[in-house]
Amino acid sequence: MPEHFDILVLGAGPAGLAAARTAARSGLTVGLVDEQSAPGGQIGRRPIWLRPSRLRPSRAFRETIDALRSDSRITYFPGERVVACEKGPALVTETPHGCAMLTGGSLILATGARELVLPFPGWTLPGVMALGGLQVLAKGGWPVAGGGIVLAGSGPLLLASARTLRQAGAQIHAIVEQASRQAVLRFLAGLPAWPTKVLQTLAFAPGMLRMGYETDAFVVEALGQGVLEAVRIESRGRRRIVPCSYLGIGMGLIPNVEAARGLGCALEGNPHPAVAVNAFQETSQRGIYAAGEITGIGGAELARLEGAIAGYAAAGNLTRARALSARRAHWMRFGAHLMRQFALRDSIRQLAEPMTIICRCEDVTLGAIDQVSDAGTLKLLTRLGMGACQGRMCQPALAELRPRYRPGATSGIPRPPLFPARLETLAGLAPGEPL
Amino acid sequence: MKTIALTVDGVAVTVVEGASAAAAVAARTHVFHHSRTGHPRGPFCGMGQCFECRIRINGRLALACLERASSGMAITTGA
Amino acid sequence: MNPDLIVIGAGIVGAAAALAATQAGLETVIVESAVPGAGVTGAGMGHLVILDDALLALSARSLELWRALPDHAGSEYRNTGTIWVAETADDLAGLAQQSIHLEAQNVTSRLLDGASLQALEPDLARDLPGGLLVPDDAIVYAPKALAYLLEQARSAGARLLLGRRVTRLTGGGVRFADGTTLTGAVLVATGSQGSELLPELPIAPRKGHLVVTERASASIRHQLVEAGYLRTVHEPGQATVAMNVQPRPEGQLLVGSSRESGIQDPGVSPGIVARMLRRVFRFLPTLREHSAIRIWSGFRPATPDGLPYIGRIPGRGQVWAALGHEGLGITTATGTAELLVDLMLERRGRIDPAPFDPARRMLAP
Repeated sequence: MPEHFDILVLGAGPAGLAAARTAARSGLTVGLVDEQSAPGGQIGRRPIWLRPSRLRPSRAFRETIDALRSDSRITYFPGERVVACEKGPALVTETPHGCAMLTGGSLILATGARELVLPFPGWTLPGVMALGGLQVLAKGGWPVAGGGIVLAGSGPLLLASARTLRQAGAQIHAIVEQASRQAVLRFLAGLPAWPTKVLQTLAFAPGMLRMGYETDAFVVEALGQGVLEAVRIESRGRRRIVPCSYLGIGMGLIPNVEAARGLGCALEGNPHPAVAVNAFQETSQRGIYAAGEITGIGGAELARLEGAIAGYAAAGNLTRARALSARRAHWMRFGAHLMRQFALRDSIRQLAEPMTIICRCEDVTLGAIDQVSDAGTLKLLTRLGMGACQGRMCQPALAELRPRYRPGATSGIPRPPLFPARLETLAGLAPGEPL
Repeated sequence: MKTIALTVDGVAVTVVEGASAAAAVAARTHVFHHSRTGHPRGPFCGMGQCFECRIRINGRLALACLERASSGMAITTGA
Repeated sequence: MNPDLIVIGAGIVGAAAALAATQAGLETVIVESAVPGAGVTGAGMGHLVILDDALLALSARSLELWRALPDHAGSEYRNTGTIWVAETADDLAGLAQQSIHLEAQNVTSRLLDGASLQALEPDLARDLPGGLLVPDDAIVYAPKALAYLLEQARSAGARLLLGRRVTRLTGGGVRFADGTTLTGAVLVATGSQGSELLPELPIAPRKGHLVVTERASASIRHQLVEAGYLRTVHEPGQATVAMNVQPRPEGQLLVGSSRESGIQDPGVSPGIVARMLRRVFRFLPTLREHSAIRIWSGFRPATPDGLPYIGRIPGRGQVWAALGHEGLGITTATGTAELLVDLMLERRGRIDPAPFDPARRMLAP
């Protein structure tokens, strides 16, 4: 029998936690589902070397986690991956050992973002990781203390990752920001409009200079036999080789819109679409709300506000939702400021060579893709995006590298499941249940 | 800090309590599997999206970055 | 310049026919409104199978032709064979009959008892009484085969017009959506959309679902189809399911099958997928723990009597049809092409055209 809640929230990052809290505060029952084993999302999670008592997160975050523990109206389902969303709404979830169905009066999608990494020679070597991914793995105890690390890409996540990795005992050999020095200065000059961001930046500043932060630079190649051994960095037209065991690389974030798309919610934006929402965070589908990075990249503060608005609105508490709209607009401007100053330079789109793998699941190279003249038959002929990640990695990259293959023209009906799911789950069976 | 004992490809490994299954594998190897055409691969996205950290835990397919290591787990790579 | 033949539809059937026509010396143009293989061809399994029904002769000849194509048309052809799996003693008796019918067409097959079935496919449930191995059946990747056939047709002189939609047949040719026309004999090969141009030929889209799994350690070697499969093909019922599982060369499994009539919605229906999978677990219980990467649906073009329309349309001059192949279009594309060209050139061919004559089923205008 499916378990029923007034509100279902998908994702326990900043947006999902805020949504659950405000909906519960409005008197509704909330089912909060998240695939991670602990709340907080990808960036806000606690490293295993810190005991909970030593954690000093922001007040808002602490209150939210407390609400999760103490508010009996919120039922939290950690470690459950949603493999199917149905209108209704209903969520089919899978755990390592079972599956379940949850139904709700309405649904708040807070599925966050993933990192954009544009392929370059050697990027599939073990040791090359997405920037935030390396941070997440380090927080989960990945042994980074031994080898040197190069961090590359764009945006403030470079600095946040560097700080975490230093705390984990890593040696940072270089931090290379692809944006120009002028763009970074413009970013800093605009920060006083958001004072908390100034404080955060000041906290990072001493370390970042010590760790060799440089602008106008990017990694052009990862080198190594079987595993990563070094990277080639290009900086203002000059190239050099830096030995390292890990490369964390991220060119920004892109919204995880798959669940929303599967539910028929309208998307907007190019080349990485976000979920379109109204002033109350409601999507084009009645009763389905979206909050946080999936509606456009803007950071944790904006995500929390959007989550709170969605939670209030879904509970019918429109006055409270409306009261937050000015602050939301303020933080949306921060997101826009960030995106503008850390826009990718075009040379990063030119790094992949014909032999460079674009689709990691099916080992489809750029050369193989370029042989297909017709975007409509690309997937059928090369198997691009047909592997286990269901195109999550390669399709955004290809949209940057080869705009003519951008989805929209070629993407048809979403093909379930949302994530690979056990056949017995799709058959509506619990493990071991007789036919 | 408390530690946990488990095996990776039959070899005993010890990790800190709360560590991910990925961290446990990393104590032994950075190559989690080989791709369709035989290239070595390890974790990439760290967030359950890319499927490069696929392993088997007690025979069951799993993503190493999404699961915590637990005492007595038998992890195999090459999934 | 006006062609001898205008083929409408660049699916596998249209492409094979265009290649055969070009090779026979006909000036040929292929017209496709979307992209090649966007319809039934891209949605199917790519199982080359000899069915024990009225299509036996056509499918047997088609497999010969597939094997004769250089590199099997670049189709990633694998000679997996098919094992028809019996669930009951009655099924097994039916398979013995099937074996005799195949023999009459010079198609080799071998009856298997329960133990030999287990030995060949250890993942099958242990209580199954036996099966029938048809070793010459094969699997292909249809999009690659289609690309090859189109390329061969093109290099033999055929022209391919992509993104052009034919809105009607003019009597002596076709009229496109932009108002232009082309004169020549016409072959309609538009799969489940055939009735749009030829309303006198009833075709009912029959929805099917397929699931593809992650690459995993399944030891399945043959295409496995339950003996009751043909019953679900010929049953006019609303919704039927049957176990039909194919091991892909990359290690993934394609898991089917379902048939639903009277449905237009192209979305995946979770209910019928659940039923289909439960049926599959009856035969392959270990598949329960495999992971599905993708589920999709497609529409098979079904005719009322289960046979395709291959031949000239009475009363329309030089208008021909190659339509309504249901789930067997990829298998019989080669035989259909040969039969059509024989009919067009008034040659006596190896396949009796009578059962497929479109005149048999025409609706009153």
